Amino acid sequence: MLRFEGVWKGYGGAPALAGVDLEVPEARTTVLIGPSGCGKSTLLRLAAGLIRPDRGRIWFEGEPLRPDRLRPARLRMGYMIQDGGLFPHLTVRDNVTLMARELGWPRDRREPRLAELAEMVQLPADLLARYPIELSGGQRQRVALMRALMLDPDLLLLDEPLGALDPMIRFELQRELKAIFARLGKTVLLVTHDLAEAVFFGHRLVLLRAGQVVQQAAPSVLLARPTEPFVARFVEAQREPQRVLLGAVG
Amino acid sequence: MTCQARRATPHRAVTPERRETPMTFDRRTLRRAGDDRVGAKPQRRLGSFAPWPLERSDPARRLATILVLLLIAIALAGWSPGPLAEDVAPRPVTIGSKKFTESVILGETLRLLALDAGQPARHRAELGGTRILWGALLSGEIDIYPEYSGTLTREILAGEDVGSPESLAAALATRGIRVSASLGFQNTYAVAVPAALAERLELRQISDLQAHPDLMLGFSSEFLDRADGWPGLRQRYRLPQTRVKGLDHDLVYRGIAAGHIDVTVVYTTDAEIARYGLRMLEDDLGYFADYEAILLYRAELAAEAPAALAAFHRLEGKVDEATMARMNAKVKLGGASEQAAAVDLLSETLGLSVSVSAQGFWGQMARRTLEHLGLVAASLTAAILLAVPLGVLAAQHPRLGQLLLAITGMIQTIPSLALFVFLIPWLGIGWLPTVVALFLYSLLPIIRNTHAGLTDIPVPIRESADVIGLTRGARLRLVELPLAANTILAGIKTSAVLNVGTATVAALIGAGGYGQPILTGIRLDDTALIMQGAVPAALLALALQGVFELAEHWVVPRGLRPRKTRGASVEKAI
Repeated sequence: MLRFEGVWKGYGGAPALAGVDLEVPEARTTVLIGPSGCGKSTLLRLAAGLIRPDRGRIWFEGEPLRPDRLRPARLRMGYMIQDGGLFPHLTVRDNVTLMARELGWPRDRREPRLAELAEMVQLPADLLARYPIELSGGQRQRVALMRALMLDPDLLLLDEPLGALDPMIRFELQRELKAIFARLGKTVLLVTHDLAEAVFFGHRLVLLRAGQVVQQAAPSVLLARPTEPFVARFVEAQREPQRVLLGAVG
Repeated sequence: MTCQARRATPHRAVTPERRETPMTFDRRTLRRAGDDRVGAKPQRRLGSFAPWPLERSDPARRLATILVLLLIAIALAGWSPGPLAEDVAPRPVTIGSKKFTESVILGETLRLLALDAGQPARHRAELGGTRILWGALLSGEIDIYPEYSGTLTREILAGEDVGSPESLAAALATRGIRVSASLGFQNTYAVAVPAALAERLELRQISDLQAHPDLMLGFSSEFLDRADGWPGLRQRYRLPQTRVKGLDHDLVYRGIAAGHIDVTVVYTTDAEIARYGLRMLEDDLGYFADYEAILLYRAELAAEAPAALAAFHRLEGKVDEATMARMNAKVKLGGASEQAAAVDLLSETLGLSVSVSAQGFWGQMARRTLEHLGLVAASLTAAILLAVPLGVLAAQHPRLGQLLLAITGMIQTIPSLALFVFLIPWLGIGWLPTVVALFLYSLLPIIRNTHAGLTDIPVPIRESADVIGLTRGARLRLVELPLAANTILAGIKTSAVLNVGTATVAALIGAGGYGQPILTGIRLDDTALIMQGAVPAALLALALQGVFELAEHWVVPRGLRPRKTRGASVEKAI
């Protein structure tokens, strides 16, 4: 589905990515995780064609991702970022259906699809006429997901999709999102810095450090058998708050 | 000088021209000419951003629609009447005059004479100084204008051998120009000081000024620069004064009255000499040449408008100094119109009685408003059509953007009068150079705001547009331009308001509008008249600003406005 082959990418100084090989399997959720600046967002942006690798190749559905053939690939990708990236001058309806209109979908194809998605993400129909500024943060992320799914893409690229939400809403949306992924059977590549979220979503976790893949494995394997001290430290650091929490309760 | 018939040169193109003196004979032709132009399209280009897929909340299209409608409306309203229809025969004679009262009265007199001789005629009054009039005569934009012999020989033809009447006629003939005999009076320069000051310092002759180096001198800018003006005067009399100011001739008298100036140069027929109690100093070294009033005209008038030319020649030798000074006083001190003075002049000198129909205050106001709107609409439309795409280009190519902004910024620093004079050799006088100058001035705010509006769009928004698969063009059309619409509109608004102000200067080169009463008001020292131009110009600027603010409200989608505008409650729930 999506494959990174010896990918290097630098922004001036130290490389953000230093030789990454990674296979993103079909119909699974792969989570990129690691500390800030480890290169996980860079990988996602490379997959979306927003930046180009200095070296190496990215394959999407059996073809290399080339600048001149980006558009057809993008029409088969859905993309969602932390603050939604919604167009502030368009209503929810127009945000979600913008590309479908550009592609000439007739109204009787767009509207049912819109209704279907609204129902899936549990967005009340009366919000469709609102503008992003008139929505709450959680509602905005639901709309962003609808927009990413509108063309029924094969691949979903999600960059910290729930990062800006408060914990309660985040918790609720996590569960809904996971149910949607399971129901649609899409290939998902998700970036997060939160191990719990990664474990919750991921069939497979990819831990990055300083532009390189440290370990990639199923969540249980990564937690139980870290291949490097760094992995163990990362896991430990993320567990600490929970321990504090449990201690306070007990 | 007589006028032998020479072979007429072919008809030259007469630039669109609608400036009439306040009263007019030939309303019929004027109206018809106006109708001809109404059909002429302004533009429809903005609408071609379409095909537009969004059905609702479509700000860029609204913006385009508003602008197109607005501009079409004011362009239709203000479009200048075009060249006179071809079935009007014989061709109209175009008369020019400089921007001082005597010249305007003489120009008006010529117009009445031509009309009386059955020749259609236009008077482009208050065109500016010698250079502009002479240039317009050479290029054929005017056919005739009143001049003074000294200016002709010492300024226009300076450095050429024009000592004898024959050599002068020859020098003019090579340019296709002829000169009439003297109209009968001189209007030469004279050095003048307030009588009280002259008394105190015992000033009688110009030479007496040598003993008073501290005196403050103030001259019209033209006199200050011209070869036969201040430089020569200073040299001849070895004048030691160093405090010398250049200002508009009409302001010189106010400067004297207010005590800012001690010594100035006046025209001997100026009505103000008596009014302000000035004493003219004797030109004891004979510096000032003869400044006989004459007429300069294009040679082909003899063939193309013989009746009018014959009528013009009837003035030769008929106007004496006293008569002319009285006419000047009538206008400058008595508040009569130049046309009324011209009517009197004709009846006193030639026994000719002509009657004229006056255009009322509101009629004049309406005409000036249309002229002004026409200038603003045409220049602004053109500027929008070019500057918005240039702003887009500048945003997409940073280096090119820098260059574009630098160039348009540089244009902005050229003073408007300088730009007009600069454009005259190519575009002549009147409507076209004015519109071009206003157009150039309008570019910067629009380009800069378009550029800023586009580059200020947050990166995540732009990237989102890319990743959902929009092409570059679609991204610009559907996302970037609508988001920048507010800023672009603000730039257009700035240009429009600036344009209304700058367009008042256009009266100097015969483009009419609100600048006309301002110019005349300064010349006549008539504050009320200045207000007749300044107040409507300010109101127009405010009105345009209001229109654009309404447009803004309509164009900018709810999503980009502060929340309160629509009162949509934001639920805190997901």
